[in-house]
This record gives sequence, C-alpha cells and structure tokens, in this order.
Amino acid sequence: MFETVRIGAARGRIELRQTLTTPLDLWGYLFPTLILLVVLFFMRDATIPGTDFSLGASTLPGMLGMNLAFGGLITIAQLLVVEREDGTLLRAKATPNGMSGYLVGKVIAVGGMTLVSVLAVLIPGALLVDGLETGPGTWLTLLWLLPLALLATMPIGAALGSIFESPRAFPVIMLPLFGLIAISGIFYPITAMPGWIQGVAQVFPLYWLGLGMRSAFLPDALAAVELTGSWRTLETFGVLVAWAVAGLALAPALLRRMARRESGSAVAARRERMMSTVGR
Amino acid sequence: MTLTGALATGPEVPAGERVIDIHDLRMRYGTKDVLTGVTFAARRGEVLALLGPNGAGKTTTIEILEGFRMRSSGDVRVLGVDPASGGERWRSRVGVVLQSWRDHGKWRVAELLEHLGRYYRPYSTPEADRPWPVGDLLEVVGLTAQAGVRVSRLSGGQRRRLDVAIGIVGRPELLFLDEPTVGFDPAARREFHDLVHRLTDVDDTTILLTTHDLDEAEKLADRIVILSGGRIIADGSADELSRLVSRESEIRWTRDGQRFVHSAEQATPFVRELLVQYGDDVTELEVRRTSLEDTYMRLVRDFEGST
Repeated sequence: MFETVRIGAARGRIELRQTLTTPLDLWGYLFPTLILLVVLFFMRDATIPGTDFSLGASTLPGMLGMNLAFGGLITIAQLLVVEREDGTLLRAKATPNGMSGYLVGKVIAVGGMTLVSVLAVLIPGALLVDGLETGPGTWLTLLWLLPLALLATMPIGAALGSIFESPRAFPVIMLPLFGLIAISGIFYPITAMPGWIQGVAQVFPLYWLGLGMRSAFLPDALAAVELTGSWRTLETFGVLVAWAVAGLALAPALLRRMARRESGSAVAARRERMMSTVGR
Repeated sequence: MTLTGALATGPEVPAGERVIDIHDLRMRYGTKDVLTGVTFAARRGEVLALLGPNGAGKTTTIEILEGFRMRSSGDVRVLGVDPASGGERWRSRVGVVLQSWRDHGKWRVAELLEHLGRYYRPYSTPEADRPWPVGDLLEVVGLTAQAGVRVSRLSGGQRRRLDVAIGIVGRPELLFLDEPTVGFDPAARREFHDLVHRLTDVDDTTILLTTHDLDEAEKLADRIVILSGGRIIADGSADELSRLVSRESEIRWTRDGQRFVHSAEQATPFVRELLVQYGDDVTELEVRRTSLEDTYMRLVRDFEGST
C-alpha cells in the first residue's frame, strides 16, 4: 500500500514535469493570466462602489478561487475521460496496483497543476494591482483553504470524469460551470443578484472558494461588501467539507465501476467511434 | 465429419501443469450467446494460438482470461486462480500486450518502462526477478536507440514493440498477445517471432496469442485452438489438425523442365517409386502436408455448414 502511494507520487511528479515542459500545456496555464490582464485593463480606473478600493484587486482573489475550482473539477474530469479513451487506464488496470497508483498520481499531478495555475495568475496579478494584503493571516488561510479546495473538488471531478464516456460530452460539464462562474461573485458582485440566484450559488463550492480567497488577500474592511457583511470563514469551511465528504463518498464506487468496465475491446470501440467521427 | 465431439477437450493436460484451464465457459450479452461452452487448457511453457473468424468470440475469451471481463458461467482458472477475483499478486504474474493508440504520449520510452516496472518490484521472487531491467528489456525488443524518445514520436512498429515491452516488463508467467503483429513489416515480424521464441525458451513463459495470420500461428504455436460460433471446433498441433482434414500430402517435382503435382495418402512409397523410375531427372522435389490455411478454411467451413 505504502509502496503504491510512493509509485503513484512518482507518477504524479513525472506528469507534472511533463506538462510544465509541453508548450501547449503551458499555454493552458498562461491563458487565464491573459484573461486577467484583459479584465484588469477594463477595470483599470474602477473602484468598488462607495470605496476607493481598486475593483481589479478585489476581482483577483475570486479568479484564484475560480482556478482552484477549474483545476479540481474540470482538469481531473477531462484527464479521466481522455485517458480512458486513449487506453492509459486500461494499462493501469493491467498492472498490479496500477489503478491505485494511477489515481494517486493523478491527484498529485492535478494538485500541482492547479497550484501552478493559481500562481500563474497570482504572481503577475499581484504586480499589476494595488491593495492586496498579505500577512500571516493570508498564509494561515491558504494553508487550510488550498488543500480543502482540492479535497472538495477533485473527488467530484473524478466522479464526473468516470460518468462521461467521451470527450465530446465536455460541453455538458463546461456549460453549467460557466453559468456558475457568472453567478458566483467572481467577476460581478453576488450581492447584485436576485435572492434565489444567490441561494443557488451558495450551494456550490465555487462561490465559497472565491470568498475564501478574498478573505485571504483583501483587507478585512472589504468583508462589508460580501453577503451578510462578513467573510463567513466557518461557513466556507463547512460547505467545502460537506462537498469533500459527498465527493469522497461518491467517487470510489464510480471509479471502481469505471475501472471494472475497462477492457481492450472497450478501448477499441471508443477508438473506432472517435475515428469515424473524425473522418466524417 | 464432426470435429467438435472428442476434439473439443483437446489433448489431456495434467491438472498440475495447467496454466490456463477453462471448462464449459459461457458468455451471453443480453439474448445473444457469444460463447456456448468453451473448454481448453494450456500447459506451462506452451505457445497456444487461438484462431477463428471475426465474431467467433476470441476477444471475449481472452478478455475473460485477462480478468477484464466477467463471464456468464463456467469454470475458469488462470495460474490456478479465478481471474474474476484475481487480486494484485495474480495480476503481477500475468502480462497483457495491449494495442496502444496514443496513451502516455508525453512519456519517454525508458521512463515509462522504468515507472511501470516499479509496480512489479514487490512481487519479485527468487525464481522470477521482477521487474525486467529496463536496459535489457529495451535491447530485447530492439528499442535501445529510442530510450529517450517521447512515446508519441515512435513509429507504428516501434510503438508495437513498446507494447510488447510493457507486457513483459513484469516477467509474466503467462502472456496474452492479441493480434501482436498487425501492421508489422516482414522484418519486424521476423524479429517479433524470434522474441516470442526467446521468451518461451529462456523464461518458460506460457503464451496465448490470437492472430489472423495463419503462417504466424504455424510458426509460433505449439498448439492451435480454433474457435467458431462460440465454441472450440478443433484443438491440436498444426500437424494434427492437418491430418484431421486430409490424410493426403502434396508432392511437387520438376522433370525435363516440366512441373508436376501429385496428391498421395502415402508420400514415402510414392517418392521412392518416383526416384527409382526417374532418378536424377527429378529435381525441386517437395512434399507438403495440407497447409494450416487450407486446414483452417476447411474446418471453419465444415463447422459453419453443420450448424
């Protein structure tokens, strides 16, 4: 068991190194930075209404929260679907303890990728905007928020990835997520939304990840513009733990079902289907 | 002629030597019966070729043996264990050569083999030192020059050899090869055949392979099992199968610049007679038993005609 975790960790490190040396993947990390730059450009003179605090600085932490959610939910779901189609999972299944090693590796690689994507926005962002506050409180918050963010999203992402058969189903996952981004107070204050939309947004982890990141990087006075006028740290912790528990309860059974169904002919059938759509 | 009766069980393999032991294996998808009672056994160190037309149930059979698919009924033992509940130790003793497509494209060849080999290290035994050292393995499959190349940059033949390397990195006692040489050029095919011989000679590996290439089956396999319509219709060595179909041999020779062909049940007296009569005038003399291809076509056709 310990040996499998070690091999899986090695796998995660190798995959992380590979993605960081592949130009196309690097573009994937830098693209959100580009979006941020565009957003900041349009916000360059704006302030939070009623204050003289830069709107850009208050948006940046929300974007970090969004990157966490993307990494945990979408990246792992996509990788599972793609690597099931291309036969990576079947190879893992043909290897002793391969499936466990594969999953450990995926958690580490995706955790690392997510962290990189957060840093890719945070570092240039911190240089561009004024007003981010970092102190011991920031690091303390990140210390529990980052692991909890991954724990709350990755099992759900893995569960999603094990349900969908083909990469062509991605829009089905992506569209609701984009909707969620719109209503979760990342780019546009949630307080301006109708009450029922606020309710919907608060069910999902995305809003809480953004809020948690804002609580880490913004001055405490800015909590006044949030719902209920506070950072609601306890609620953030509670909701994320609830998602983590739900995900961890759901994912193992779904992943086992997915693994059980893998076989050479299943991979061949997917390849055939894919080839025939591409050829058309 | 019915071939399915006594032959279905094949030659008797002592229970202790059975690496694969299948009895009355059945598989049904919905209302469609794919396997309707398959019975055969494989002995340690044997190369067994599973032949049959498309849709005969070859892939289903092999996937059940690999532990990738649940069966409907029947007794299946692979290395003494039911593959449906194989466990990781059992998995470490079985090698599967998969048809790769584009998985692990970013990995370098040696890096991938090194990584996959690590999973086998806890299962190393005094008899089988696992995993196979990467350097030796690369040499065996002829990929030494590609050790540092990304998998996505390999040619089709090189990729296939990497598939084989991955299949044997754990020094399996039993190796499954599903159509191993599809897309190989003749030279690569020859090299692959040498590799298979090396595996069985040196490591006493048992190999179950499926192929559509009957020459390949004849060259590699100690025994041939023909699956048609969800059951075994013949089981034996290439020679035994050909004797089953026809007792006659084909004799070809050249005399006075003219080519002759004659079929005879007893080739030896015929050839003696021929040489007594014409002596050194007879050149390019060949005696051939029915080819495996003819045998196979005949067996499958007879079987399909009888159902």
